[in-house]
Amino acid sequence: MRLFPGSALLAAIALLATTAQAAEVNVYSARKDHLLKPVLAAFTRQTDITVNLLSAGEDQLLERLKSEGPTSPADVFIATDVAYLHKARVAGVLQPVRSAVLERNIPAQFRDPQGYWVGLSARARVLFYAKDRVKPGEVSTYEDLADPKWKGRICVRSSSSPYNQSLLAGLIAVLGPEKAEQWAKGVVDNMARKPQGGDRDQIAAVAAGLCDVAIANTYYYGGMQTSEKAADRDAAAKVGLLFPNQQGRGAHMNVAGGGVAIGAKHRDEAVKLLEFLSGADAQRLFAEANNEFPVLPSAKLAPTVAAWGPFKGESINVAMLGENTPLAVRIFDRVGWR
Amino acid sequence: MAVAALVALPVLVVAANLLVPSAEVWEHLAATVLPSYVANSLWLMLGVGGAVAVGGVGTAWLVTMCRVPCHRTLEWALLLPMAMPTYVVAYTYTGLLDFAGPVQSTLRALFGWHSARDYWFPEIRSLGGAIAVMAMVLYPYVYMLARAAFLEQSVCALEASRTLGRRPWRAFLEVALPLARPAIAAGVALALMETLNDFGTVHYFAVDTFTTGIYRTWLGLGQPAVAAQLGAVLMLFVLALVLVERMSRGAARFHHTTGRYRQLPRLPLPPLGAAAALAFCALPLVLGFLLPAAVLAGWAVQAGWRRNLGGDFLHLAGNSLILAAVAGVVAALVALPLTYAQRLRPTRLVKACVRVAGLGYAVPGSVIAVGTLVPLTAIDRSLGALVLTGTIVALVYAYLVRFLAVSANAVEASLGKVTPSMEAAARTLGETALGTLRRVHLPLVRTSLLSAVLLVFVDVMKELPATLIMRPFNFDTLATRTFTLASDERLADAAAPALAIMLVGLLPVVLLSRAITRSRPGAQP
Repeated sequence: MRLFPGSALLAAIALLATTAQAAEVNVYSARKDHLLKPVLAAFTRQTDITVNLLSAGEDQLLERLKSEGPTSPADVFIATDVAYLHKARVAGVLQPVRSAVLERNIPAQFRDPQGYWVGLSARARVLFYAKDRVKPGEVSTYEDLADPKWKGRICVRSSSSPYNQSLLAGLIAVLGPEKAEQWAKGVVDNMARKPQGGDRDQIAAVAAGLCDVAIANTYYYGGMQTSEKAADRDAAAKVGLLFPNQQGRGAHMNVAGGGVAIGAKHRDEAVKLLEFLSGADAQRLFAEANNEFPVLPSAKLAPTVAAWGPFKGESINVAMLGENTPLAVRIFDRVGWR
Repeated sequence: MAVAALVALPVLVVAANLLVPSAEVWEHLAATVLPSYVANSLWLMLGVGGAVAVGGVGTAWLVTMCRVPCHRTLEWALLLPMAMPTYVVAYTYTGLLDFAGPVQSTLRALFGWHSARDYWFPEIRSLGGAIAVMAMVLYPYVYMLARAAFLEQSVCALEASRTLGRRPWRAFLEVALPLARPAIAAGVALALMETLNDFGTVHYFAVDTFTTGIYRTWLGLGQPAVAAQLGAVLMLFVLALVLVERMSRGAARFHHTTGRYRQLPRLPLPPLGAAAALAFCALPLVLGFLLPAAVLAGWAVQAGWRRNLGGDFLHLAGNSLILAAVAGVVAALVALPLTYAQRLRPTRLVKACVRVAGLGYAVPGSVIAVGTLVPLTAIDRSLGALVLTGTIVALVYAYLVRFLAVSANAVEASLGKVTPSMEAAARTLGETALGTLRRVHLPLVRTSLLSAVLLVFVDVMKELPATLIMRPFNFDTLATRTFTLASDERLADAAAPALAIMLVGLLPVVLLSRAITRSRPGAQP
């Protein structure tokens, strides 16, 4: 496979000479262990590089990275939302990486323009509707949700979730702050209940008849469709998935991804890990284990995901979302979206 | 002094943020969300405080002083809810009572309802639900301390009141209760601090409190300084509460003057009264422990024990146990000289240090964890290498910062048993301060010291934010495993490790209860 086996060999020798110990890479990750660990194990099998893992929430990892500064043992930071990747970049805990492999594997819209981080799997935040109470065509865009005809019919989780913050950040980018605030106000007026629970809870609430339309990430729905619990599958069966704004800019996209830490002691191994995660094997594992969209265009979708059909996603660079997040939170506060 | 200062350091780091100017963000908060944070936090404290006081004191009095059926079992069983992490109980009740849960499903099947629009059912995810869940899990703090206080009360004081014509009920209200007041206040204070620092439960129940506000300001608005300011305000509030309680107690001090103790005769109850008393005592036990534990067990079986515990269960449990045991012992070892110094030489400075060091308990876990990171990484950076951060030492330090108040409270209460006259006698007979501590205090407070260790042990078993942020690579505990599974909305999968936390926590809780029973003056050790 390698184009230059000689240089790889040289690199390997150089590596052995400098470290004189088994190669390793230290990862701070906010992805769930059960999703990441199999992929990391595959990386170790292929490269013989040991991976040391510290899993925690993004906020905790970021605080630790910030206060550790250049002494941090972290080589790679992995997060589940672009808002956090952006925050890490702004906090100065990431370093830019140039890699032909990453640039080839990952479409530009899912990468930081300066190479501070890369998206490793994509998800869409879309609409879910009650099949028996919402007619096709009744709703087709995010903007529709602010229409008074949906009064008391919408379920969505709290605006403390970065997924909602990124969604509104995206609307701010395409509609401008005033229109985005009007939209948020309209949605609040239409809510069936005070925002509560996670994304799965919103889909389940539609199935239970508490509301008619919900906003949620795609992979949660996939998780319910493939759940071992009959109750989850029954609920998912009563609810339809709708990719919004297909005639216009497309559905809101977000990524989970990672970057190389500023003080990485194992920079080469760190880059190698990111490259591996963007490669065909790892992309297949991500797609299958969590019903996400691979960023590598040639990777195959999980059967559940493929069944949702092709769709159009927004083409703005996801880096835009991170920049608008603080403004989004203020708007949420002002319109009373808890 | 130095130790207290070391423990107080992270709290001061948080408080230092008060000096960062940020009027504009405060205006935004005050105009939008702050009023609801304050109102919800106050209601929550009022509700939880009232419920744990009534439940804790009531159960303690009944099982200690009255002939309640099965009181021997109830004595220790009433402590069991302590082993439950509050957020786990919140998960179980939501699973039980929400739309898809068995209760509503059964009702629907019974009455032929189809959708949520056909009937009304109380919303578990609400302020009321949060109060109920927290009270169920936190009342043991009051129960434990109130019971210890009732046990310590000499039969003399109570019988004197009986001789003077008080009926049992009034003896309780007018003699036993005022005598136990410092202990009850300490228990309620602990419960309220837990209420204030809780994030998991209120977040899950969609109740916006000061704590969720701190998280949102920090993470969403990207204003860590303002978040820390909110945290500092919270600390001041707690400090004010503690002071108010102390001032209302005034100069009153309660020491027994006689060393003569006798087993108190239990008050007989009429059959109906006994049944009512049993129900009163069994209710918190069932709601706070048995029911959630049963739900967890059901989920764990349903999701498959083996898959979620995996091969590393013993490893996880071992990590949790070792951490909790080490932290418990260290906290007690630190708390003893601190409280002793405070008693020996109650200067303003010593007192202030101990108070500030204790505040770590009331601050939301994540905030204080970050506060702990700052001094640790500062040392590491000055050394140019990672010596402390990400080691077990750092973790134990973090636990100390968080839970010193718990062990200090227990030690302080037990040192109170050593009357000033005993101390004076020892010193008059030529013993040094240290010698008095070793030869007089230690033997007397040994069992209470054990309860200080066990209390911190149970808290560390459940602790999450500091463990998450400070732990070394490839190091997991039962709590972190529960978190990773639960935060992915996979509650059923999280049931097995959560159940394990509870089971491992049971042993110290039972030990704790025995320690309290033995602490009765005059009881056989």
